[in-house]
Amino acid sequence: MRFTRRRFLGTTAAVAGMALAAPSIRAQGAPVKVGVLHSLSGTMAISETTLKDVMLMLIEDQNKKGGILGRKLEAAVVDPASNWPLFAEKARELISGQKVAATFGCWTSVSRKSVLPVFEELNSILFYPVQYEGEESSKNVFYTGAAPNQQAIPAVDYLMASEKVQRWVLAGTDYVYPRTTNRILEAYLKLKGVKQEDILINYTPFGHSDWQTIVRQIKAFGSQGKKTAVVSTINGDANVPFYKELGNQGIAAKDIPVVAFSVGEEELAGIDTKPLVGHLAAWNYFMSIDTPENADFIKKWHAFIKNPKRVTNDPMEAHYIGFNMWVKAVEKAGTFDAEAVIDAMVGVSVPNLTGGMSSMMPNHHITKPVLIGEIQGNGQINTVWQTSGLVVGDEWSDYLEGSKDLISDWRKPMSCGNFNVKTGKCGGKA
Amino acid sequence: MKKLSLAIASLLLVLAALLTVPAGSAFAQTIEETIAKFATDRFPDTTRGVEEITRSGHPTALAIVEALGDNRLAYRRADRRVFVIGTDDKIRSAETGAVETDVDIDDLRRVRINNPIRQTIAAALGALRLGSSDPGQRRAAAEAIMQAREADQAPALEAALGREKDARVATAITQALAALRIVDTKQPESVRLAAIDTLADRGDREALVMLRSLPADAPAAIKQRAERAAAGVERHLSILSGVQNIFFGLSLGSVLLLAAIGLAITFGVMGIINMAHGEMVMLGAYTTFIVQEFLRANAPGLFDWSLLFALPLAFLVSGGVGIAIERTVIRFLYGRPLETLLATWGVSLALQQAVRTIFGSSNREVGNPAFMTGSFDLFGIALTWSRLWIVVFTVVVFACLLFVIRYTDYGLRMRAVVQNRAMAGSVGIRTNWIDALTFGLGSGIAGIAGVALSQIDNVSPNLGQGYIIDSFMVVVFGGVGSLWGTLVAALTLGIANKLLEPLAGAVLGKILILVFIILFIQKRPRGLFAQKGRTAES
Repeated sequence: MRFTRRRFLGTTAAVAGMALAAPSIRAQGAPVKVGVLHSLSGTMAISETTLKDVMLMLIEDQNKKGGILGRKLEAAVVDPASNWPLFAEKARELISGQKVAATFGCWTSVSRKSVLPVFEELNSILFYPVQYEGEESSKNVFYTGAAPNQQAIPAVDYLMASEKVQRWVLAGTDYVYPRTTNRILEAYLKLKGVKQEDILINYTPFGHSDWQTIVRQIKAFGSQGKKTAVVSTINGDANVPFYKELGNQGIAAKDIPVVAFSVGEEELAGIDTKPLVGHLAAWNYFMSIDTPENADFIKKWHAFIKNPKRVTNDPMEAHYIGFNMWVKAVEKAGTFDAEAVIDAMVGVSVPNLTGGMSSMMPNHHITKPVLIGEIQGNGQINTVWQTSGLVVGDEWSDYLEGSKDLISDWRKPMSCGNFNVKTGKCGGKA
Repeated sequence: MKKLSLAIASLLLVLAALLTVPAGSAFAQTIEETIAKFATDRFPDTTRGVEEITRSGHPTALAIVEALGDNRLAYRRADRRVFVIGTDDKIRSAETGAVETDVDIDDLRRVRINNPIRQTIAAALGALRLGSSDPGQRRAAAEAIMQAREADQAPALEAALGREKDARVATAITQALAALRIVDTKQPESVRLAAIDTLADRGDREALVMLRSLPADAPAAIKQRAERAAAGVERHLSILSGVQNIFFGLSLGSVLLLAAIGLAITFGVMGIINMAHGEMVMLGAYTTFIVQEFLRANAPGLFDWSLLFALPLAFLVSGGVGIAIERTVIRFLYGRPLETLLATWGVSLALQQAVRTIFGSSNREVGNPAFMTGSFDLFGIALTWSRLWIVVFTVVVFACLLFVIRYTDYGLRMRAVVQNRAMAGSVGIRTNWIDALTFGLGSGIAGIAGVALSQIDNVSPNLGQGYIIDSFMVVVFGGVGSLWGTLVAALTLGIANKLLEPLAGAVLGKILILVFIILFIQKRPRGLFAQKGRTAES
């Protein structure tokens, strides 16, 4: 950081005052704070620490370019310690105490749900970078990760079309993201003519480590003469023993492929991936993508983290897109004021790392390409299929009763997160 | 010899191809055109390339297909020539198989494959290897053809069956033929019915797949027979699956026992509520990681023995840390269980964060030695080697521990201190050193449990947390202070868990077990094997 702590403390009050009261006045050199709300300790540290580092890198990079509106940025990093109520406390501290202009953070859905009321009450901005279950839209949150239609549905389409899968195992960890995603998938599969007896849904506790029975159950389910695939929403740590058991019981990807929504390059770093070659992952970004933007991003990342072996992954790209969108929106609005930036965000479009442009839609979700990749022996994921164009994130699933009639449009004058197209009424603030 | 058999194989294949491929099809292509298909690196072209090269009988066909499957087939962007990168890192021309010295590996791009292509490759390898001189390869080839169910392989299989001497390979080929014949509408009904019987005799899941996937327009007689055969196979399999569940239960039980056995000493015998027990297991797992890293860098040949080196080291590391904890923290807290609980919990958090700082928060890769990978078949029950070895290992550890406690001098002193501390002290036993050593022993055993658990679980700073609750459950259920109780409790819980899991699901199964233990403890507060007599009073 170029600014010393003392100098920074001296100007905090002034900055805060100006950001709120007189947003159009530019104070040369007074830094603007950007909140980083990721767990640096506890169980989620394994995933979230990297995102904190990416934010520091992006902010440093922007400062090299001269900051925004002539003002430097400064990261305000807090550690919510994988503790959901603490997320809300830390969010309040960032917004009211440190007066951040925007916050980038959260990983699990429960942490996002925990901070949501805080951001709405204090009218501040949150960028959420992780794929999630949808069924939510807030004026104050920008969802840069994938909604189910940007990950789960295309993955199922791919397996149906390319691998001719007819039987489905939906295996997940027992919490809100897998349950909602599987509910959507089940409805979608039935719409596509898959019968109830060809769908097996299985939930396991967090950190489940003994997969013998379940893997054998999958094997038995897969030997009924129809091509079978596993759609896995198994979370983080439970994946390693799951894949090890698959390998040990001799289930190869060519027999029963597993497509995972929570396994990326970072998670594969702890496993010998040779027995997993051919299993699939669905994301909107892979480190192996061959574009100049991605090569540049990886180079910068390796230089910043001072370790050429570190991998990049999808949520990192989501922060890259979200941060650049925010920069553009602030420049468009000519102010850091949250209300003005929120209005300016919709329609902003920035390059993503896969060679296209991602745009912020009126429902506060972004457009992304969907990639299906196969795990390689070196821990990387190679694209085997991708959508021909960009897919718009769909916050209210079209396949669930009760949500299929809802749309979200945060542009004025509608400004509604759950407008019911049938009744023509906004169902109240989401 | 190999060349000869390859030649025979190719000849047969050409014959097979001539028989099945209608005249004037794509077969007229030159070998150059076929190989060039790989250089476009598009999935449909690659698939066609594999099929054509297999049919061509070209001498390098096997090498090309094998290389493609291992991601070693590459092409040069500039001139679209295709090369095979050998396992020895030499680059060979795909067409001639001759080593090329002037090709820079950095100019080459590997030909990508996906799952449908992997299936094509498996089938092609089956066809190419059917003439191999190695019986194991021939058998694998027959299996591959059976799984791929490529109807045009039937003549090749028949020819192979004719000259096969090895009985097991012959059975595999017969079964593969049967798999092709039951869907072959050109075969007379009697042949197809016989094929159904052949598959029914095989009696495993693979056979079930074949029997279940008859086309909808198959004659009624065949359908009926297949359905009856499939039902028979399924009955057989469901009996096996019961037996298999018991093995799974034993295996889970032995993992529980392994994790709990150290706690049975520190908590069970000494009465210390040791919340840092899980972290001792974690330290053992990280010791394995360090040993493997060291061997990978310095003596890759010894990698398969890494666990053997890791065992004593893990015992020493965890045991040493255990003694240090006992000397610096726990010995001041004897007789104050609540303070011990809080203090050891603090120690456990400190150890976790220390490991996180040193090794990072992400998972570390611990490899499985060759003898612990894969599975084998025992009367139709698939047993995985890693699980089996862990069962064996647990039995050995348990036996050693019993021996130490019952027959060694140290064991005698330990029992004396536990039974009557004052009297043991007055006959000259240094009771506080026995305390330290006993805590060290319990921790050390947790360490070697970590070596075994590193083979089946994540090696991360959170490893221990996943086992601490289960371990306490086992020790309390079995009866505090009783090693045999711990054994019985671990196996009971393991088997009950695995029998409940298919019925109630993993989440509900766990809850039911917990409820059962709570009720059981209400009825028998001292667990399964309650200590009796004077020991129980203290």
